[in-house]
Amino acid sequence: MLTCKHFLAELADYLDEKTDATLRSSLEKHMAECPNCWVVCDTTRKTIAVYKGHEKQCCIPADVQSRLIDAVERKIAAKRKPQSAD
Amino acid sequence: MAVETTRPVAEDESADLALARGGDVKAFSDLIRRYEGKIFRLAQHITQNREDAEDVLQETFLKAYEHLDQFQGNSKFYTWIVRIAVNQALMKLRKRKTDRSVSLDEGIDTGEDIVVREIAAWDEDPEKQFSREELGRILDEAVQSLAPPYRTVFVLRDIEELSTEETAEALDLSIPAVKSRLLRARLQLREKLTRFFKRKGDDAFAYM
Repeated sequence: MLTCKHFLAELADYLDEKTDATLRSSLEKHMAECPNCWVVCDTTRKTIAVYKGHEKQCCIPADVQSRLIDAVERKIAAKRKPQSAD
Repeated sequence: MAVETTRPVAEDESADLALARGGDVKAFSDLIRRYEGKIFRLAQHITQNREDAEDVLQETFLKAYEHLDQFQGNSKFYTWIVRIAVNQALMKLRKRKTDRSVSLDEGIDTGEDIVVREIAAWDEDPEKQFSREELGRILDEAVQSLAPPYRTVFVLRDIEELSTEETAEALDLSIPAVKSRLLRARLQLREKLTRFFKRKGDDAFAYM
């Protein structure tokens, strides 16, 4: 029988579906008998899901992108004429 | 010379990498376009500051350009630039906190025990009770409350969706260290969010 401490130690792998079938079954058996661990598992799963669901957009603001391009262009120009008098 | 920004990005980055290493500006600009959004978002999450994130974004690609010949090709280009970006972001945090250093080890709880305090069930889709803006603020504040070593691992694994192995490589950590920090980060966030998301009428109680 798994203890709650052992359950917690394996929780990240369980949520990432990286545990083997035997361990997975032991963890699920523990959760069926331990409402606290079930809640911790369920709410941790929801924590991950809410971040993943919210963070999908990865737009870069136009002004930020334009300044990035300017900075890179300056760097490239400087690298191409290192002997320049100015 | 203008950096090209309108050409569609090719599926395979290896051709761009080879060209960029030979000095092809257009190929390097394709690499920037492929990852600029992700690097900016990552930098915002770690620094929690838009101006610092923009600096990190620029410094990351400038360093990448400068040191492109040092990229070995053993790892993904993205993992390599994530590593540069994380280092730049941590330097920003260090500059902001002049009284103490910030490193990937700062705030690490070396104790073996993981303590879970809040045990309250959540609603089925708890985030739906909040507007997108409110939810964004709640999630950002929770991530901000994590110590940098936990925050960084959480951002790479659960927001940027790098694998455990890629996160370990980007942060120069062992795989067990990544797993342990990820677990603690997830549990700490879970506790912070329970305040907002717990089912009405459920009281949290001490545990373990």
